[in-house]
Amino acid sequence: MMGGGLLDLVPIWTAIIAIGVFLYVLLDGFDLGVGMLYGLAPKDDRATIMNSIAPVWDGNETWLILGGVALLAVFPLAFAIIIPAVYFPILLMLLALVFRGVAFEFRFRQPWLSRFWSRGFCVGSGLAAFAQGAVLGSIIQGFTVQNRVFAGTSWDWLTPFSVTTGVALMLGYGLLGAGWLVIKTEGALQAWARRMGRVCLIGVVVAILAVSVWTPLADTAVARRWLAMPNIIYLAPIPLLTAVLAYAAWRSLDGWGGDSALFFAAMGLFLLSYLGIAISLWPMIVPYHYTLWQAASSAGTQAFLLVGTLVLLPIILMYTGWSYWVFRGKMRGDIGYH
Amino acid sequence: MSLDPVFLSRLQWAWVIGWHILLPAFTVGLASYIAVLEGLFFFTGNNIWFRISRFWTRIFSVAFAMGVVTGIIMPFQFGTNWSRFSDAAANVISPMLAYEDLMAFFLEATFLGVLLFGRGLVPRWAHFLAACMVAAGTLMSSFWILSANSWMQTPSGFVELDGRFFPENWMAIVFNPSFPYRLAHNVTAFYLTTGFVVLGVGAYLVQCDHAREEGRRIVLMALSLLAIFVPLQFLLGDLHGLNTREYQPAKLAAMEGRWDTASPAPLTLFAIPNQKEAHNDYNVDVPYLGSLILTHSLTGAVRGLKDWPADERPPVWPVFFAFRIMVGIAFIMLGVVMLGWFLRLRGGLFETRWFLRLCQWTAPAGFFAVLAGWTVTEVGRQPWTVYGMLRTADSVSPSLRGADVMGSLLLYMVVYLILYPVGVAVMAVMVRNGPARDEMPPPIAGQQSRPPIATVTESK
Repeated sequence: MMGGGLLDLVPIWTAIIAIGVFLYVLLDGFDLGVGMLYGLAPKDDRATIMNSIAPVWDGNETWLILGGVALLAVFPLAFAIIIPAVYFPILLMLLALVFRGVAFEFRFRQPWLSRFWSRGFCVGSGLAAFAQGAVLGSIIQGFTVQNRVFAGTSWDWLTPFSVTTGVALMLGYGLLGAGWLVIKTEGALQAWARRMGRVCLIGVVVAILAVSVWTPLADTAVARRWLAMPNIIYLAPIPLLTAVLAYAAWRSLDGWGGDSALFFAAMGLFLLSYLGIAISLWPMIVPYHYTLWQAASSAGTQAFLLVGTLVLLPIILMYTGWSYWVFRGKMRGDIGYH
Repeated sequence: MSLDPVFLSRLQWAWVIGWHILLPAFTVGLASYIAVLEGLFFFTGNNIWFRISRFWTRIFSVAFAMGVVTGIIMPFQFGTNWSRFSDAAANVISPMLAYEDLMAFFLEATFLGVLLFGRGLVPRWAHFLAACMVAAGTLMSSFWILSANSWMQTPSGFVELDGRFFPENWMAIVFNPSFPYRLAHNVTAFYLTTGFVVLGVGAYLVQCDHAREEGRRIVLMALSLLAIFVPLQFLLGDLHGLNTREYQPAKLAAMEGRWDTASPAPLTLFAIPNQKEAHNDYNVDVPYLGSLILTHSLTGAVRGLKDWPADERPPVWPVFFAFRIMVGIAFIMLGVVMLGWFLRLRGGLFETRWFLRLCQWTAPAGFFAVLAGWTVTEVGRQPWTVYGMLRTADSVSPSLRGADVMGSLLLYMVVYLILYPVGVAVMAVMVRNGPARDEMPPPIAGQQSRPPIATVTESK
């Protein structure tokens, strides 16, 4: 790349993008999860469920754009290789998000089409979650690369592993969504959300186990990173904490820890899984081909964007926090939408 | 049959951007309008402003949601279909896209939630502030995205290394030569688009018994705004044209249908351009007028397309006709506004049925003008993605096969052809229902006096 300046900004940017993507996964994760659960919920409660995310979904999806454009800005080579390689999962995700996003506006205003948009909301949320999981799985598997470009076909992404990660992310988002609904609802609907949470939690634990076994078996470098001495000791807290959090989530489904416990335990499970994947791939951003540093943009580009980002991100976090605070508290099912 | 991934990717880009741009064309202006209405309500306490504002806010929420979901698609197109362009140009243009997200999208999205659902949850001043933030967000979004687009038209402030572009001077990149003109011309076009929709809807409401008073205020506000912005747009369009003549003369030649350099140059009112044989099959010319308009002198030279090799000329046909459609609509707009003011000053504006009808018919005029103008500037940039530096044919993702793009394009077509008719129908129902008659709930002194759901229900 364009020889570095005095300061290597790649670690700072890696941290910012990692946090941004993680925030996206948590925030849009719970509202995509709520969208999936919406389709399974009792009819009378659906309006309440949708209202619980109506004021915040748009802000949550904005983190997806940030993830995309920040990747383009800071690791353009990774963007230029990965995105065409997952052409169809990205297409699926974008179209699913269309149906899901406008359902908020269309559902209540078009009674004769409301069934269509209700279904669109649920199916769209599910497909978007699946597509994102498939993208993640494809990245872990790696791509065929020649001369700085993706050299495979548009269907290389479709493997049993990427389908597994797709389903896993659906379950994970479902768990987050159930956690959100436990916070926002009461009574019978809350009890229903806990039951859904239990199903998702079982699925999530199975999926975490499957990916944790599958990845090191498929790739000896990953196996060495996790299992060789002394890494196995340093990294042991990650699987151990995962087990503790899974147990805490399970207990919270019986009411332990109050209404927020499930949501926070689910966020913890996401954080640990995310760290696990990051440790397996480090320092690659296009696995097996390019490291973070090799894929980085010029120092000038990184610096120009960093100046503004360091000012803007805290402001964004402040007003986002404020809006969640404005809309805090339980939803009431007895006063429904018309 | 062989499917060309470059051509299909261009078609797909045109499809998704063409539909998407209609929404910002409407919501950028509408956000500013709503901020003004909220301000009028906040400072006067007159409930009529509240009713008008809430009427438009509901319509805004539909258009904005459609704008968000079709907008998320856009940055990903750079990766899915134009990965070579992304690799080559990212170092220069991607910070503009990232700043758009950081400065605009978060602001709009978050404060829109408060604007739509927070009326009973936050004090009135905070609600007014939310409206201002949404409006500011839409304008900042226009700033950054048009800066990126302008850099592709008139690249500056960079160095090229091995076919990739690297930043040298950020001021020169962001404020590249065509940017100030494009920004002014575009934002004004967006305000005009909104203005004509508002005028048309107001004219409709004036004719409905249940919303006569609201309709009158809406019409008068729209006519006042348009009286300034329509003439202003003629001036800005002229300046933008002069800028194009300086930096993208081939585009200007295509707009004018000019093949041979001439001084003095005539103005070609109508022609049938023939790209293959590099001449017009049929011409209606006005002598000297071309030089007068384009160079502001009777004998100024206007370059012709034959100055460039055939493979560096833009497709003339779409540029030439789209330009005439845009200018034609501008004259229609000018006529409507002048008529409106004539009737207003003479008296009887609201009793002149045919004029109110005319306003309804011209309500969508801005959308057509924006699409036509966008066609002029984007097709006129061809065959380049980065003008003079990177060819469109060299920008496409190399892994794509024609069938891949055909499949995605068909899916985008199906989805947009469901989305837009439903969206328009939803907004049309809202217009027909008119502003609700109820009054503003009592002001909220502190924070969250009631559970959110009650307010959510009311605000819809």
